[in-house]
Amino acid sequence: MNILAQPVGVSHFMAVGAVLFVCGAVCMATKRNALGVLMGIELVLNGANVNFVAFGSRYLRDLPERALDLDGQLIALFVIVLAAAEAAVALAIALNYYNNHATIDVDRADELKG
Amino acid sequence: MDGAIAYVPALLTLAWLLPLASFVAVVFLGPKMGKEGIVGGYVATGAIAGSAVASWVALVLWVSSTTLPIIEHHVADHAPSAADEAAAPAAEESGRVKPLVGRWYSLSPPGLPALGLGYYIDSLTVLMFAMVTLCATCIHVYSLGYMHEELHDVVDHEVQLSGKSSHGGHGHDELGHEAQGHDAGGHGHDAVHGNHLRRPGRFARFFQFLSLFSFSMLGLVIAGDMLMVFVFWELVGICSYFLIGFYRERKSASNAANKAFIVNRIGDFGFLIGLTALWGSLGTLTLGDVKDADGALRRGIFSQVRAPEDGHKLLVPMGMIMADVPDKEREKLASVYGDHAWLDSEEARATSTMAQVRAEAEQWRTDPEKKTLGYWLLVVAGIGVFCGCVGKSAQFPLHVWLPDAMEGPTPVSALVHSATMVAAGVYLVGRFFPVFTPEVLLVIAITGCITLFLAATIAITATDIKRVLAYSTVSQLGYMMLALGMGGWAAGMFHLITHAFFKSLLFLCSGSVIHACHTNDMTKMGGLLKKMPITAYTMLVGCLAIAGAGIPLVIGFSGYYSKDAILAQGMNFAHENGVYSFLLYAAAVGAAITAFYMFRLWYLTFVGPPRVKEIHEHAHESPPVIWWPLVVLAFFAVTAGWFEFIPRLLEQARPLGTAGGAGEGVWWAVKHPAESGAYSFHAAATMAAFGTALAGFLLATVLYGWRMLSAEDVRRQFAPIYRLLWNKWWFDELYDALFVRPVHVVSRLASGIDKRAIDGAIDRTAEGVKRAAFFDDQIIDRLFVDGLVNLTAQWLYSIAAWLRVVQTGKVRQYVLFIVVGTVALFVLISIWAGSGK
Repeated sequence: MNILAQPVGVSHFMAVGAVLFVCGAVCMATKRNALGVLMGIELVLNGANVNFVAFGSRYLRDLPERALDLDGQLIALFVIVLAAAEAAVALAIALNYYNNHATIDVDRADELKG
Repeated sequence: MDGAIAYVPALLTLAWLLPLASFVAVVFLGPKMGKEGIVGGYVATGAIAGSAVASWVALVLWVSSTTLPIIEHHVADHAPSAADEAAAPAAEESGRVKPLVGRWYSLSPPGLPALGLGYYIDSLTVLMFAMVTLCATCIHVYSLGYMHEELHDVVDHEVQLSGKSSHGGHGHDELGHEAQGHDAGGHGHDAVHGNHLRRPGRFARFFQFLSLFSFSMLGLVIAGDMLMVFVFWELVGICSYFLIGFYRERKSASNAANKAFIVNRIGDFGFLIGLTALWGSLGTLTLGDVKDADGALRRGIFSQVRAPEDGHKLLVPMGMIMADVPDKEREKLASVYGDHAWLDSEEARATSTMAQVRAEAEQWRTDPEKKTLGYWLLVVAGIGVFCGCVGKSAQFPLHVWLPDAMEGPTPVSALVHSATMVAAGVYLVGRFFPVFTPEVLLVIAITGCITLFLAATIAITATDIKRVLAYSTVSQLGYMMLALGMGGWAAGMFHLITHAFFKSLLFLCSGSVIHACHTNDMTKMGGLLKKMPITAYTMLVGCLAIAGAGIPLVIGFSGYYSKDAILAQGMNFAHENGVYSFLLYAAAVGAAITAFYMFRLWYLTFVGPPRVKEIHEHAHESPPVIWWPLVVLAFFAVTAGWFEFIPRLLEQARPLGTAGGAGEGVWWAVKHPAESGAYSFHAAATMAAFGTALAGFLLATVLYGWRMLSAEDVRRQFAPIYRLLWNKWWFDELYDALFVRPVHVVSRLASGIDKRAIDGAIDRTAEGVKRAAFFDDQIIDRLFVDGLVNLTAQWLYSIAAWLRVVQTGKVRQYVLFIVVGTVALFVLISIWAGSGK
């Protein structure tokens, strides 16, 4: 079954979300720059957001009554707010980290390792 | 008239509390008061002098605001007619002054058995206060001089630090007493001085105890409640313990103090039983009638035993009948009489049902079958209270402590033997006189008779000057008890007062002699008349007073009057009860012996050739602070009996219902005649007393004054009797064999059981517990419990050590873990979910 031959549905959005998610995860796992890691986090969050919004839409579902409706969009909004807050805190941490260590290389932040 | 007498309780209370204030002050500030506490002595003396002033003012107020009754010298016809009987209560009411009764503090709420602190003041109380404070003041002043050596460090030559403590000049005193442990050198500041103990002086402490002693005695006299009497009774006892054991490093002194205390406890046991009998049956220990907090008048012991509506006749009170009736009858009585029959309140008596009950009770009292109902309780109460007096007043068989009490300083002996301790017993018998049934009085008389005879005979052979006086005290106390027991209330109380004056005089004189000679042994004195005339002549006054000297029927020393009164009552009693006339003969013989040993003492001490030259040469008259009290006391020893002042004053306090005699015994045939009847024997008694005293005096003069007969020869002639008397009738040995040794055997047995059986069992149990604990410790605790805990810890440690490798500190790695973990989770779940289908 070729997904590209299908009409646009939840699965396509999920595929986009999955791609975003994996990109974000890979970005987090590979970037040594704290800002890069932050960007990866944003990608992961937004990957999830795409899924929520898709689940919320009645037009993408075969059975519209099973859609999340506004709940999905609300959760997405929450995630955005969360992401904004998280970005503010994380940037503050990064800034402080830089002030103390003159770098934002996350691999160098291993003072609490076991 | 009533106005002045109202101040008497306040004055006496002040007199009573002043010594307490001084005691408290000296206790807390004593050592800081002046050099070596000398000011403490002045404080105590000032306090007692203040209370003496207060007491004498009270006496003057009392005498001036009451009329002294004239003693009716009517000659009884010995066959009392009905008219006499009827007239008797009226006559006694006329002379009597109602006692001042009050309560400061009540321990029990209204309606419950009465208990509290109160006062009961009649002329006897006032007289006792005047006597006690005067004697005590003299003794305090005397002590200021006598105890001066306590002002600096004292070297006690009677305490040998290495080995046993010596007994000084009276080695035979402590025969038969087991030595009791007393740590002579146990005080940090005591130091060895040569071979003797050297200790700091205890001047302030001596006066602190004197103050407490005076306070206790005055409290006992003023007390209006038997419980209060008992409290002060014990306080007097503990004070005597402190003072007799004042030279506590001396083994003999600490033994004597213990002996006095323990012997007194035996008497007090009886006292407690008596009090319990009264308390349980009458529901009150208050002497007079006092108002409760709710205003109801509660009957005291006196008016329950001798109820006014019975004409103050001694009848078994309702409470005692209730306590003794059979249960069935009690229910019947209780149904009309109420549950709290013993409350006996005025209101309850007034109701008509009460009249019924009283009528019923009257049957019980008069019914010959049942008339002893509850009577035994009255006897138990009387005998019990008398038991306490036997201990305190050193009566046979508890007389043994008093001679040993001579171990205390001489002023203490004077205080213990005249005004306070021993007087307390006689005073209480006098105070409790209305409650004693004729049977109890007979017991008292016989006890007093035995005591006076025993002690007088022992005094003949004693050579320790204080010991002669001690036995003389015991003997005179026997006289008082005999007089009281024969119904001679006023005679006994009169003798108590006069005796206090001349006996404290005699003791203080002997103290002055001891002060000069530094020995108690009369066989080392002699010829001191020239050396210390004041002491000698005041002591002569004392001897004459105690012997009852006087010109018959004209005038005499104080003892002349009081002893006459006793003998007259003895004749009166013997006339009614021929069986008991031996009481009279013993008293007469005792009077002769008294005169004999007192003059023996005086001759041995003051006349004849000096027996030990050094002592005679060193002797000197004592300083004025010592001889002035002697002069004061000598004055009272001479004049106390004049003008019938004291008997007339005492007549005001005569217990209600006893003027007509104590009545007839229920159990034994004994009849106590009225004391007023004694006057018809007055002349005979005076002549008998004079004759016997003269005989004793002449015998002493022949033997020791003129030395016409050698005392040595007489002693050899009567060797067995001499040995008997020298060893004090072997009472100490008897008690040692009867009580002390059995107690030692029993205690040794008990300690053996303790050490072997009980201690052994405990030791073995302890050993077993120790082994169990060892097993528990080694095997269970260490191996299992600790092992398990350690194993868990080790296991956790190794897991943690393994897990810490994961925490690398590399964020990217963590992300990888998360991702891989999540993916792995999903894969696992989908495999599991897929296989589940």
